[in-house]
Amino acid sequence: MSHPASANRYFVPDPSHWPLVGSLALLLLASGAVLTMNSIANGGFVLMGGFAVLAVMLFGWFARVIGESESGSYNVQVDRSFRWAMAWFIFSEVMFFAAFFGALFYVRVLSVPDLASADQAGLWEGFKGQWPTAGPAAKDVFTPMHAWGIPAINTLLLLSSGVTVTWAHWGLIANKRQQLITGLALTILLGLVFISLQAYEYAEAYSHLGLKMTTGVYGSTFYMLTGFHGFHVTLGATMLIVILVRTLKGHFTAERHFAFEAVAWYWHFVDVVWLGLFVVVYWL
Amino acid sequence: MQASQHAGHAGHHEDDSHGHGPTGLMRWITTTNHKDIGTMYLWFSFAMFLVGGAMSLIIRAELLSPGLQYVSPEFYNQMLTLHALIMVFGAIMPAFVGFANWMIPMMIGAPDMAFARMNNWSFWLLPPAAILLTASLFVPGGAAGTGWTLYPPLSIQMGMGMDMAIFAVHILGMSSIMGSINIITTVLNMRTPGMTLMKMPLFCWTWLVTAFLLIASMPILAGAVTMLLTDRHFGTSFFNAAGGGDPVLFQHIFWFFGHPEVYIIALPAFGVVSHVIPAFSRKHLFGYTSMVYAIAAIGLISFFVWAHHMYVTGIPLTGQLYFMYATMLIAIPTGVKVFNWVTTMWRGSLSFETPMLFALGFLVLFTIGGLTGLVLAMTAVDIQLQDTYYVVAHFHYVMVAGALFSAYAGLYYWLPKWTGHMYHEGLGKLHFWLSMIFFNIAFFPQHFLGLAGMPRRIPDYAQQFADFNMISTWGSFGFGFSQLLVLVVVFKAMKGGVKAEARPWDGARGLEWTVPSPAPHHTFEDPPPFDPAEAHG
Repeated sequence: MSHPASANRYFVPDPSHWPLVGSLALLLLASGAVLTMNSIANGGFVLMGGFAVLAVMLFGWFARVIGESESGSYNVQVDRSFRWAMAWFIFSEVMFFAAFFGALFYVRVLSVPDLASADQAGLWEGFKGQWPTAGPAAKDVFTPMHAWGIPAINTLLLLSSGVTVTWAHWGLIANKRQQLITGLALTILLGLVFISLQAYEYAEAYSHLGLKMTTGVYGSTFYMLTGFHGFHVTLGATMLIVILVRTLKGHFTAERHFAFEAVAWYWHFVDVVWLGLFVVVYWL
Repeated sequence: MQASQHAGHAGHHEDDSHGHGPTGLMRWITTTNHKDIGTMYLWFSFAMFLVGGAMSLIIRAELLSPGLQYVSPEFYNQMLTLHALIMVFGAIMPAFVGFANWMIPMMIGAPDMAFARMNNWSFWLLPPAAILLTASLFVPGGAAGTGWTLYPPLSIQMGMGMDMAIFAVHILGMSSIMGSINIITTVLNMRTPGMTLMKMPLFCWTWLVTAFLLIASMPILAGAVTMLLTDRHFGTSFFNAAGGGDPVLFQHIFWFFGHPEVYIIALPAFGVVSHVIPAFSRKHLFGYTSMVYAIAAIGLISFFVWAHHMYVTGIPLTGQLYFMYATMLIAIPTGVKVFNWVTTMWRGSLSFETPMLFALGFLVLFTIGGLTGLVLAMTAVDIQLQDTYYVVAHFHYVMVAGALFSAYAGLYYWLPKWTGHMYHEGLGKLHFWLSMIFFNIAFFPQHFLGLAGMPRRIPDYAQQFADFNMISTWGSFGFGFSQLLVLVVVFKAMKGGVKAEARPWDGARGLEWTVPSPAPHHTFEDPPPFDPAEAHG
């Protein structure tokens, strides 16, 4: 039933079983996570099964989409639809991070100073309310993360990766495939170094700084924000690797390469989120 | 439940030619057709409506008389929590997504939604979420019993049923975000040439704004429940004062989602009514442009009023004042809409078929719900009424008489287009009058109960509330069982009846009425010419 591409005919994909596979994956993931978090036997297996089904679904569904794209099923209108959709998807991601940034601002501006106010003096005696804090009931001492060590290097890495991915895009538009491949490879490399440094920073924080997820509201916001950001960088790097593999297979032309642009947009998005993190989580 | 729906429904399109895709159950599982997906959304939402409705009858049975009679307080709390979550996320929202799927492509001259395959995933994410929610009743500790607002610290102390509710919310959020991206893209990119945004049917406009609200607010809810999850299991302190956090933080984040959510439900309802009232008044909609601006204004302001749900949490006086005035501001665009609907009927050639009756029921009862909302917006009054039955009455006037009545108006209005047959007018009218009367018997006394000080979310109450509670319970049972009439009406129309013409309502305008009834499986293979006479603007 799928229609061939033409300028004014609509494209409608054929029936597909991938949505159901995806739903099964999420049901398994959710059930597995519930079981694991409540320490019920075999929860881990259900969780793993969920990841496996999800991986199969992602491979199968994207293979299908890439096949349709390469066979020329997508006309200009479909391309425009993809652009709208990716932009709105990134907006939804922005709002997801907004929830955690909002929580950080709230505790720094409202709840922590309030816990140190005269109203609460009887309850939390001696609590100063200075940021960073693990809260008025905290007993363990911890060292907050400093901005001008690894985080500053990471900022440099991500900003440079924004440059390299743009350079790769210029190569793609100018039909310089080698520049495209080099640019993508450099971007992936910078991303992977970023993730490794972030992992090293976490290990340091846990082993030497006494900074854990359980370190009051500072630890909570620190790990929630940097953790979800790191997860998004990992996703972005994975997507970049897929784009590199497709480039090596000869996909994309100077005119038609939305998948590349979508991933580049996503990469810039994680870059911008990092800048926000660097300023309000690490620096100020 | 799913299988029987499909079996019951497979006959629906028998006489359509729909290519050579899979047949039987696989057709529904793998479909990329907006009509199939819309149909599945509508049946799913009706099934959830019955489940959530049964829960509300358990609640009302318990409240029939003072004292504890049928259920334990814990189970009562689980019922009211699941009733709300299932009705909001499982019944009302999917119902309007079903309307969007069925009608938006036909209204704008598109063959289907922009992302037909992802559209199917948006639907098929709902059953796993429903499974998680309902199965949570049977795990140790039972389902979440916090109320749909999931406030900590109670939600942090709940058993694993709470985790299931959290993941259900995550999955529902994914479904809503994908569905919304699909709808925005379809509306912005798939309109037939010549249909400018300001000539677009108003239902598409309401969904465009609704989809924006969903994309902006669902991720916030996802963030809120993620923080609940890490507070529960990973030792974070977002909502724990001992660690420097604050339970009230959750309320802020929740209502930053929760208030737009109210308009996510209300706006598509406005859209449906904006089609039905002009059709049965045989006039153009009065003030189309102001309607569009009102929709946009409501959508925008809905993000800046959330703390009117939190007047008693100790927010500063200046905060209370700001949120009071901002909330009242919403009455202006809403008033514009009510004025325009009434003015549309002014000197119209009115007739009162079932869709029009439900639209008028909506107009009257939603206005009452809106006015009690204004009462509650006043901080000084709300401090008395917070968490009383006045609030329960208020939002049921908005959610049931607002959203549900509008959904019924849309159902009766478009049913001939979907099934190819006219529905039974007598049964439709009976359904309306039973709903209208029993709804008011069920919910109007709750205003008095609230004003007299009866708290919500309590399975027992003082003697002086007994009479009104008994009236309310009988009304709710009457309302609940009257809803089964819809099944009869829809099955009768699916099986046969008077053949529907392409345009069964002489006053109806829009591209959906230019195609035969039932509509062909893929309506517009090529962009249709746009006839300005069908324009709503």
